[in-house]
Amino acid sequence: MNSARLSFDLVVVGAGPGGLAAASVAAERGGSVALLDNSPWLGGQIWRGEQARPAVPRARQWIERFLASGARAVMQASVFASPDRGVLLAETPAGRLTVRFKQLILATGARELFLPFPGWTLPGVVGPGGLEAMVKAGWPVAGRRVVVAGSGPLLVAVADGLRRYGARIPLIAEQAPQVRLARFATGLWRYPEKLSQAVAMKARLLGIPYRAGIWPRRAEGRERVERVVLTDGKRSWTVECDLLACGWNLVPNTELPRLLGCALAGGFVRVDEFQRSSVAGVFCVGELTAIAGGDAALVQGQIAGLSAAGAAGAARELFAERWRWHRFGAALTRAFALRPELRALAGRETVVCRCEDVSREAVERCRDAREAKLHSRCGMGPCQGRICGAATQFLFGWESDSIRPPVFPVRVESLLTASEHSKPVSNLSDPTP
Amino acid sequence: MPERVELSVNGRALSVPWGTTVAAAVALAGETRFRRSVHGDARGPLCGMGICFECRLTINDEPHARSCLILCADGMEVRTDE
Ligand SMILES: Cc1cc2nc3c(=O)[nH]c(=O)nc-3n(C[C@H](O)[C@H](O)[C@H](O)COP(=O)(O)OP(=O)(O)OC[C@H]3O[C@@H](n4cnc5c(N)ncnc54)[C@H](O)[C@@H]3O)c2cc1C
Ligand code: FES
Repeated sequence: MNSARLSFDLVVVGAGPGGLAAASVAAERGGSVALLDNSPWLGGQIWRGEQARPAVPRARQWIERFLASGARAVMQASVFASPDRGVLLAETPAGRLTVRFKQLILATGARELFLPFPGWTLPGVVGPGGLEAMVKAGWPVAGRRVVVAGSGPLLVAVADGLRRYGARIPLIAEQAPQVRLARFATGLWRYPEKLSQAVAMKARLLGIPYRAGIWPRRAEGRERVERVVLTDGKRSWTVECDLLACGWNLVPNTELPRLLGCALAGGFVRVDEFQRSSVAGVFCVGELTAIAGGDAALVQGQIAGLSAAGAAGAARELFAERWRWHRFGAALTRAFALRPELRALAGRETVVCRCEDVSREAVERCRDAREAKLHSRCGMGPCQGRICGAATQFLFGWESDSIRPPVFPVRVESLLTASEHSKPVSNLSDPTP
Repeated sequence: MPERVELSVNGRALSVPWGTTVAAAVALAGETRFRRSVHGDARGPLCGMGICFECRLTINDEPHARSCLILCADGMEVRTDE
């Protein structure tokens, strides 16, 4: 097992808009900066694939700015522990990496929320954002029927993207009621970029039925999804499909900040106006602090990067813009709040913990996540409760259990702390241009 | 960079564009079942981003690889359903 050591003034974890912006502006002001991400590409969720096949001008701008900034990219590096103050451990294909930092900016983004319903474990039931990411990486959807369901602005963006790859979209089913969405849409005039995006997308979507106040009751099929039963709360009907892309908006990836001791508020990392967390020298930006989209992440990232580089004045100039996107985020959250009926979707026998095949009835009488773990192994599989933890929080109101390293399963060798010979860092994978 | 990558999925030869993930290659090979759950149910990718571990399969005899995070490489031997 190889092991390498690196040391930087500033380390940024997560190469989405938040992390890219933070690393770029900090490196432009001098000091050594590293950006770590577990994927092979810069760009994070929203700009996945942009580095390989640029399509979005702004993504390209930021990726180019980053590459010219002097910051160092360390790709395919999954940060899994922090054994000491100022030290992170990451697993890379070349072995374990020890990274020392004076300051740290966490920009680990969000993941999709998945809720259990009968049939949600069938192959072919996937997250909408996840499916889009996989399609960009070659997953075939041309000619396939993809029902897009769940909640959030991502559904429309994903349906639009999938269509361009040749998928047929029989329906977008949004659980939020039409009245709430209408209120949200009329508020969009304050965000001209978003509005033009929404209009352009809607135009292209003409011909795809988009229905609000609709959600999947169950998915059916033999060894893979073949159809979905949808409901509006009163009636139910069946739609045939090859894939069901179903996700219920986003939840932040707070494992790493929690491991470092950053205080949370309402499920998100609590930060001050300079994006500083409760832990000295640790900043948090992007979806970790609020679900407010890529624009908010870009501004927050710049504010944190500037603050870390000692440019508080320049950071302050961005406060007004950030406030604008925060209001946008708050409006999003209100519009797409999940309806209580969704708590009743999972039946007694529906699997809640997919890693360990634990059913709802096995855990629903437990008091909290810890008791459920002891009782049933719920949350003890390889995903470490990332999928079922968010689901049981919604279903039963359980708070996430305390966090222990590694924040995701790593090869045993990565955990060994015995002194290893050092490996030339040039062997670590740099981003492929 | 080579344009295409040659690998095998469950013994079947496959040529995919460079930049294709192993998960996508498995789908291109027509497989839907990536693994079996603790109770033996068929499972496939859910999150597409390395979090759910549902896309696990065996690559070059190494089990439990998250196929949605790994790019195809020449000569890779991929096996599902183990
Ligand atoms: C699957 C998915 C698809 C999305 N698609 C869109 C879209 O099409 N349009 C849109 O407007 N918004 C989309 N979003 C919303 C999107 O999250 C935000 O708009 C924006 O990308 C947030 O930026 P960020 O910088 O906060 O984090 P992200 O862009 O999420 O970037 C976080 C990065 O950190 C990495 N990371 C996380 N943990 C670790 C770790 N421990 N070690 C190393 N690296 C780590 C992740 O791999 C990721 O690359 C999507 C979200 C998800 C979850
Ligand atoms: S699909 Fe979730 S980890 Fe690969």
